[in-house]
Parts: sequence; C-alpha cells; structure tokens
Amino acid sequence: MSTSDERQARQRGLTFLMKSQLLSSEDVTRALRRMAHEIVEHHHTLGDVSVIGLQRGGEPFARRLASMLGEMAGDEVPLGLLDVSFYRDDLSLNPVPNSAMTAIGHDLTGRQVVLFDDVLFTGRTIRAALNALMDWGRPRSVQLAVMVDRGHRELPIRPDYVGKNLPTALDEAIVATLEGVWIGTRVAP
Amino acid sequence: MTDSIRGANLLTLDGLSREAIVEVLDTAESFVEVNQRAIKKVPALRGRVVASLFFEESTRTRLSFETAAKRLSADVLSLAVASSSVKKGESLRDTITTIDALGIDAVVMRHQSSGAAEQVSRYVPHVRVINAGDGLHQHPTQGLLDVFTVRQVLGERQGTSGAETGAELFVGLRVLIVGDVRHSRVARSDIAAYVALGATVRVAAPGTLLPEDVDSWPVEVAEDFDEALLWADVVGLLRLQHERGSGSFVPSLAEFTSTYGLTIERARTLRPGTLIMHPGPMNRGVEIDSRVADLPAAVIARQVANGVPIRMAVLYLTLAGSEGESGL
Repeated sequence: MSTSDERQARQRGLTFLMKSQLLSSEDVTRALRRMAHEIVEHHHTLGDVSVIGLQRGGEPFARRLASMLGEMAGDEVPLGLLDVSFYRDDLSLNPVPNSAMTAIGHDLTGRQVVLFDDVLFTGRTIRAALNALMDWGRPRSVQLAVMVDRGHRELPIRPDYVGKNLPTALDEAIVATLEGVWIGTRVAP
Repeated sequence: MTDSIRGANLLTLDGLSREAIVEVLDTAESFVEVNQRAIKKVPALRGRVVASLFFEESTRTRLSFETAAKRLSADVLSLAVASSSVKKGESLRDTITTIDALGIDAVVMRHQSSGAAEQVSRYVPHVRVINAGDGLHQHPTQGLLDVFTVRQVLGERQGTSGAETGAELFVGLRVLIVGDVRHSRVARSDIAAYVALGATVRVAAPGTLLPEDVDSWPVEVAEDFDEALLWADVVGLLRLQHERGSGSFVPSLAEFTSTYGLTIERARTLRPGTLIMHPGPMNRGVEIDSRVADLPAAVIARQVANGVPIRMAVLYLTLAGSEGESGL
C-alpha cells in the first residue's frame, strides 16, 4: 500500500493496519472494465450518461471508468466530482474537515447518473450523495457503482454495479484504490 | 496554542496555531464553491439554532453571519437590541439566559465592551460563542476573512488554489497596518492571524493612535509611513473610529489624512502588486482617498464577499462535534 493511501486513510480519521491484499491492481482494472461493459449493456447508448465520483475515495475510480466508457462510446463521457461532507448526518459524531471540492461542470437534469464510490458500507454516504445530487438538477436516473461492497447496510440502499463483494466484520477496514484492495483493522489514531 | 476551533468557541485569534487558521481557510474554500452554485444552501447545520446578538450596530458582519447560518440550513434567531428588553435595563446575563432558554446551539455576538463574548461563554458553557467584535479586543472573523482574501488573491496570481498552498504564501509576506491601531479590534485580530501564518507585520500610526503596550505586540512600528508603503506587500487600512473618540487623538482629520491617509498620490507610489485592504465601513476622504478605494489593487469588495464563506466555515467548525440533533 502506497504512502498516499496511508495518508488518505489517516485523513479519514483512521489509522489502517494492513492484514492482507485481496485484489491486485490488475484485478481492479478487470473489475472496472467489466463494470463498464455492464453499464453499456444496461444503457444501450452512453449519450446521456454522466459519471460522478464521490470525494475522495471514488474519484480515481470514476475517472478511470469515465475514460473507459469514453473509449467504448467513441465520445467523451462527462465526469463530475461530488463532496458530500456538508450533507452528512454525523456532524456531531465525526466532523469532517473539508478540503475536497465538488466540481460538476454540467447540468444533471435529464442525465443518467452513475455514482461511483470506493467502498459501500452503511449506505449513509450514498444517502447524503443523493441529497447533494438533487441540488445539481433532476437526473433522469441515478445508479450506484462501488469497487467494494462490504455489507452492514443501515439504509435501504443497494449497488447496481459491484467490483467485488467482500463480507467483512464491523471492526475491519477496507482500503480500495486503483492499486488494489486491502483489508485490515481500524485503529484509533 | 489551539490547533483547531472544531467544537470550540471562537473568542479571539490570539493563541490560534497556523494549523487552526489554515483549517478554517481550507473549509471556507469549499464554501466558496457552495456560494457559486445555483442552490447556495447545504443541510450541514439543519436543526441547529444560531442566535445573532448585536449590541453594537453593524451592516456587513451581521448580514454575512446570518446569510452564512441560513446557507448552512441553521435557524437564525436575531435579536434587535434597539427594540429589546436591553433598553429596559436588562443585564447581559439575563438577556443571554432568556435566549438560551429558547434552545440555541450557538450565539454570534457583537458588544461594545472588550471581553463581553468571553463573559457570555461562561454564562452558557453549553452554547458555542462566536465573537463578532468586542470593544477594542478582537474581531476574529474579520481577521480570518482578511487572510483568506490575501491567500485567494495571491494564489490566483500564482495559478494555485488556496487549499493547495496552506500557509506558504504568508511566509515572509510583508503586511503594513495603518491608522487607528489603538481603537481597532480588527488590527488585533489581523495581526494575530498574519503572525500565526508567518507574515511580518508593521504598524504605522500617529503616536497617539498606537496602543500603549505596542512594544509587547509581535509587530514593528514603522518610523516613516511613506517608506513603509514601499516595503509592504499588503496595506491594511483601518477606520478612524469616531464613535470611540478617535477624533480627539488627532489634531484634525485633515492632518491625519495628510500624514497617514492613503491619498491617491501615495497610492501611486506603491509597488505594482501591493494589495490595499479595508475592513469597512470606509471613511472615504479620511483614511482612504475615494479614488484609491476604486483602484484594482483595492480588494475591499472581495473582503466583503469572502465574509460569507469564512463565517460558514466558522459556524460549521465550531458547531461540529456538538451535541445538537442534526435531525437527519
């Protein structure tokens, strides 16, 4: 795991003790390519598809996916980045100091949005993301893509495209980047 | 040194570390983006109640705090002191207890007495207190929005965004603060912020408008105003505070203007790139020539515009980690 991943983990308020690597960088690329194909299959045309990456973990995946889809469509697929800190429901528990930016350069009204996050856990981030998205227009549909679904949902939310299903224990932590997926334990900093 | 204002009161910038200030600036950077959206509102403080208590008149500070609170979806209780029981002689303690009984999470307070905000924070320890100016003491959000504006403008010139630069731009930056330093809470907050971020600060004022204890401040006193203007990267002007009797500290306004006012002649001698700042409200023709205020080097309108994102950041961070129900 690279130092930038460790830094990312720390920024999210957890020190990450690595146990083992579950997916290699090649596995991640393969999973993304499969997800891209599933998206094409589902949408028939990519003309109205927008990929929105959730800051910060979802961003690199969303970028890669958008460029894969762009190649398949022969035309650019618009990419946006969404930071949901100000929409979270846990300000009182875990205030997030914020330096990630929302950058959505196009109106989402009428678009078919594919939200991408690195790890799907309780579903609360996605709930926040759905609220945030609605401030940017009225998408025709929103689908969810995640690299890892680790279970433990607390809300009625399910992903449409999954890189890898990984049943986990509550005290375990997952780090997913383009370089691979690791499982470990979360330690208070 | 305090390393973060998260979950804390904001009473003064004295004693805040570089990290604490940079955290506010970076958070404000995100709120600048929110303020550019079609829907300039996020639910971050939904269900929280912010009371705004201004015992002293104010236009921009009050409006920008209330705008900031509303854009964060907080409910705002606004006390118009002139038409309240304060006029019947109610004490500060009783006023604050009454408002607290309505259930508030934060109070934004301006008062003519130094230390009033700190006093209130002792009366209601469970409420976050944000000082919006107390007497001659501090005006923390003004200090924060001033350094934010400097970082933003200098960052744009270098083609970097604020959040990437942290406090780097301030190291060795030369800041000149001019005018009624003695009566200025803005000067005290500005100096604390600039010094914490690594800038060098000089003050220039007639001897009567320098505070008596200026020797213990982390600043140099400029001997020659015109020379100091050439030295400065940032010139921060202060308002001559008539309501605090500043008029009797100078022989005449005209004399003050000719010796320490930023006249158009003086402004022409500034190095290109030097920023001119003023916290407002301006006395055009006294500390600043009307034409100077409208020069491109003057970033006064940006200071006002940055008031909202800075105050959103302060409300967001101070209320973070508090007990309030977010209701989501």
